[in-house]
Amino acid sequence: MHQSTLAQLSTALESNQISSEELTRHYLERCKQFNKSLNCFITINEESALTQAKLADIQRKTGDATPLTGIPIAQKDIFCTNGVKTSCGSKMLDNFIAPYDATLVRKMNLAGIVNIGKTNMDEFAMGSSNETSFYGAVKNPWNKETVPGGSSGGSACVVAARLSPAATGTDTGGSIRQPASLCGITGLKPTYGRVSRYGMIAFASSLDQGGPMTQTAEDAGLIMNVIAGFDERDSTSAEHPVDDYTARLNDSIEGIKIGLPKQYFSEGLDSNIAELIQEGIKELEKLGATCKEIELPNTELSIPAYYVVAPAECSSNLSRFDGVRFGHSCENPRDLSDLYCRSRSEGFGKEVKRRIMIGTYVLSSGYYDAYYLKAQRIRHLIRLDFQKALADVDVIAGPTATGTAFKLNEMMGDPVSMYRSDLYTVSANLAGLPAISIPAGFVNNLPVGMQLIGNYFEESRLLNIAHRFQQATDHHKAIPEGFE
Amino acid sequence: MSFNKSEIQKIAWLARLSIEQQDISTYSDELSNILNLVECMNSVDTEGISPIAHPLDLTARFRTDSVTEVNQRDQFQKNAAQTDAGCYLVPKVIE
Repeated sequence: MHQSTLAQLSTALESNQISSEELTRHYLERCKQFNKSLNCFITINEESALTQAKLADIQRKTGDATPLTGIPIAQKDIFCTNGVKTSCGSKMLDNFIAPYDATLVRKMNLAGIVNIGKTNMDEFAMGSSNETSFYGAVKNPWNKETVPGGSSGGSACVVAARLSPAATGTDTGGSIRQPASLCGITGLKPTYGRVSRYGMIAFASSLDQGGPMTQTAEDAGLIMNVIAGFDERDSTSAEHPVDDYTARLNDSIEGIKIGLPKQYFSEGLDSNIAELIQEGIKELEKLGATCKEIELPNTELSIPAYYVVAPAECSSNLSRFDGVRFGHSCENPRDLSDLYCRSRSEGFGKEVKRRIMIGTYVLSSGYYDAYYLKAQRIRHLIRLDFQKALADVDVIAGPTATGTAFKLNEMMGDPVSMYRSDLYTVSANLAGLPAISIPAGFVNNLPVGMQLIGNYFEESRLLNIAHRFQQATDHHKAIPEGFE
Repeated sequence: MSFNKSEIQKIAWLARLSIEQQDISTYSDELSNILNLVECMNSVDTEGISPIAHPLDLTARFRTDSVTEVNQRDQFQKNAAQTDAGCYLVPKVIE
């Protein structure tokens, strides 16, 4: 049962081969059994999931169902879920029971989707390994001595280990795509503003974007059909027509022009990964795509620009945690300053404090122009690079990550090396473009992802190419040993 | 670029974080490394390139000034450390 995709489960439910309650019980058992060794959930919603499942079975019977009604899906613990702990992986919010639903959660509830649990993540989504979580590191099901990637590491892990047929994630600098790559699943970061940010705990507001983490591109399309769209409660939500994200999956990709940025295949890339990506591109050529080398000359600058813009926005967003209205509050404060300083110092972990400090510095008087404004100008250059490239080609292809899953603790002492590993993902966030990571094979039994970056609001095209690729390949069907 | 002890303390104060004495040098090293990483931006000519705060150049949306939320104060205050009669309690500020 758990080898099935969302699309297959949807058909099974539709034809009464299985009930949502049976399905949900099966996945709940797997979640409880494997969470001990993988640490991928912060909360498993056993009781409420079964209530939702029973309701979904009634909806199926009365003909009041959507394609995903009754299917359990895990939510990253960054999405506020009414009445459920929403921790964002932080001690700061360990005691926080969300008093409302994020728009994404509300839409999924309305579609009859069963919320099976809240997944572990890097604290406040700041990290590329899921090791900064207050609740401890998540293990990669392909090799439990390695990280699943981050920050949506818990979500990637549950999908790879088939503890939930799909999950949601958020991507500020690669946090959907990089863990998707490291865990061998499909992860789509939509265009900025395509999926509502309302109720999604903010890290860097001009970069954050929620999206699906699934086994296949088809499944990502099914979830996008539920979560995409304008939301008046999100001031940066895009007022742009919404596609049917499964309608074009089977279209031919004959004649599609794919750009291969020279800068994405340079010396920083592991040669084994480069080989797999080249093989993946050959596969796309067999399907009728044509490829050409392109230039994204400012790629190297995306890391510096990102590590100014993201911490700046984070320091501003996280100033709301004051120990007064919600979140951790210190014991016996001497005065108001002590309440602020001690609540924040006790509640935030190391990486979050580092980023708040960097953000505070680059926004402080005398340094604003040199760092923050400069980074925003470079952000403009990076966007121009993409605009120029995408005037000439339909999509851009390359690797998702510079390497495969690394060992737990290997990078924790060296934040700058960890930051550098985001090289291929952060620029899509800076430019606001949609991008997807799809499984492209294995190096030393660890998954490798291929990334496709598209033009604004062209998620359908990315899903179409990814789906055709997955019809021709088997990489996405592999399940880690012990989880079959 | 490197930070001395008082600079670290000043940034921490601006961010309302208290840093233990023994952690100052670690912060100094780590923040210096991060700034060295971003320093290469300075060598780029951005003359005539406007800064962008947002990838899609959206403009702020306006709505009619009408009540859209109901009062949920009691529910919201369940997450607060200390409240009294609908107010949030903080240490005394004015003597």
